[in-house]
Amino acid sequence: MLKQIEGSRAVAEAIALCRPEVICAYPISPQTHIVEALGEMVKAGELTPCEFINVESEFAAMSVAIGASATGARAYTATASQGLLFMVEAVYNASGLGLPIVMTVANRAIGAPINIWNDHSDALSQRDSGWMQLFAETNQEALDLHIQAFKLAEELSLPVMVCMDGFILTHAYERVDMPTQQQVDAYLPPYEPRQVLDPREPVSIGAMVGPEAFMEVRYLAHAKQMQALERIPQLAAEFKQVFGRDSGGLTHSYRAEDAETMVVAMGSVLGTIKDTIDEMRADGHKIGVLGITSFRPFPLAQVRAALQNAKRVVVLEKSLAVGIGGILSTDVRMALSGLHVHGYTVVAGLGGRAITRKSLHKLFREAEQDALEHLTFLDLDWDVVNKQLERERTVRRSGPAAENILRDIGTVASKIA
Amino acid sequence: MFELRIHGRGGQGVVTAAEMFSVAAFAEGRHAQAFPSFGSERMGAPVVSFCRIDDREIRLREPIMEPDAIIIQDTTLLHQVDVFAGLKKDGYILLNTGRSFEELGLGELAGGRPPERLCTLSATELGLKHIGRPIPNVPLLAGFAALSGLIRLESVIKAIGEKFSGKVADGNIAAATEAYKLIKARMAEVTQHA
Repeated sequence: MLKQIEGSRAVAEAIALCRPEVICAYPISPQTHIVEALGEMVKAGELTPCEFINVESEFAAMSVAIGASATGARAYTATASQGLLFMVEAVYNASGLGLPIVMTVANRAIGAPINIWNDHSDALSQRDSGWMQLFAETNQEALDLHIQAFKLAEELSLPVMVCMDGFILTHAYERVDMPTQQQVDAYLPPYEPRQVLDPREPVSIGAMVGPEAFMEVRYLAHAKQMQALERIPQLAAEFKQVFGRDSGGLTHSYRAEDAETMVVAMGSVLGTIKDTIDEMRADGHKIGVLGITSFRPFPLAQVRAALQNAKRVVVLEKSLAVGIGGILSTDVRMALSGLHVHGYTVVAGLGGRAITRKSLHKLFREAEQDALEHLTFLDLDWDVVNKQLERERTVRRSGPAAENILRDIGTVASKIA
Repeated sequence: MFELRIHGRGGQGVVTAAEMFSVAAFAEGRHAQAFPSFGSERMGAPVVSFCRIDDREIRLREPIMEPDAIIIQDTTLLHQVDVFAGLKKDGYILLNTGRSFEELGLGELAGGRPPERLCTLSATELGLKHIGRPIPNVPLLAGFAALSGLIRLESVIKAIGEKFSGKVADGNIAAATEAYKLIKARMAEVTQHA
């Protein structure tokens, strides 16, 4: 059924259709609307049997999800930004124990400086946590990926993060096709745990493992994610059979035929990139884009196959690995190892900085001329940066950088974007 | 694609207005995308929201920098925010005020623009009268439907029904209906004089 609703609401309704049995939540923007809506559904008796547990922190949220999942319940939670960081110890435990929790990460920057807006720093900080990480391009895809995520997680007994851009998707009203309960039931079977805490058949979960077996347990986690590389495209195909639309999968190419320049990106910015590419194609530019849906496991072979005929690859990412540059681009380079392809890293949209068609047109044209630096910060205000650098050169007690820069640029309330 | 930008202050329903506009457009079979710009989550602070309408899927995720229309829910923003930034030459302007463009010091801005695209509405008064609260968003939305002809009043009423219920919904429908009629009549006058 077609609906015009907020992204968070769409995800909440999709989660409800997946029949979760335990939802634990601690509020943090921009994730809060999702669990608020689920809390209302549980309270109104629309989602049953399901226990909604308000916890005192994100650390508790993940800990409760771990406990619930270990007793055989389908468990869900959501978080963002510092909330994700606060639960990190438990995040690693969830994956290390092989518990198929599904968690939405409404992507938001990490402080300091404190910032509530969107980028991918939070999810990418957990790229090595052992969770699978799927990135949504639209609210429709966010909704669909959650349904696929439960199936993927439970088949492999491994947790999944569904990442959706905070505010840009979570707070956007757009058209979504909401599946029926019958469709979701046909696709997603009841949870059949591989391991369960059951008094009738007592086991312990969470043994201390020494050097004699630790490597083997860790290797198995990797092997499972390698299995997921095969399973994710199959799950997308099965999804299409039931729901009638393409959603999920490992990667998606757009206008890649004969492309000399290939852009690589994740999440909602792909929409703006596609519009820009359509305009450039109309002017004869040979440019396309590869969207990465599955960041963990990272589909090295598919990325290589999609990019190997390009002359240059521009990885545009909403994340920054301070001290080296890109995060996504490092993985893309690995996929391209041995190939003679110009590689460019573009860090863009940090802390909610708008990524505009205008800036992308200029950027992509510079890339086509191979006039880009290998590491570019899109729309960085060099005057502001240089002023602070000069201050630090000339004054020992130059003061806090963020406050200095805010004073330099003056009021921001007068700016639209 | 039609792009609308709404300026107001926290607590005036700026974000809700854009969402309702998208719901109304959806009700008419269009694609629509509404989203907020959360500059500051405080009552009274400047807030901007956006809505795009098109006949095909909307993929663009940038803020609306060259709008086809601007609704200003609070004219005290005129001195604080560059509310008209990027507005197209023949773009619509709808102001929440009982005063004229000239009285607000906007004579020069209005002078170079087609008069049938400019309008004012005492929307706060309509909110007080029908809803009992000084919230101008729904009357302005209905007024904009009348000014632009982009969506029908029935679609605005449908969107009100999705957002509100009971007395609040009834009050908003009454406010919307009066605003729609007022601006329809006003614009008929403008066209007659032109």
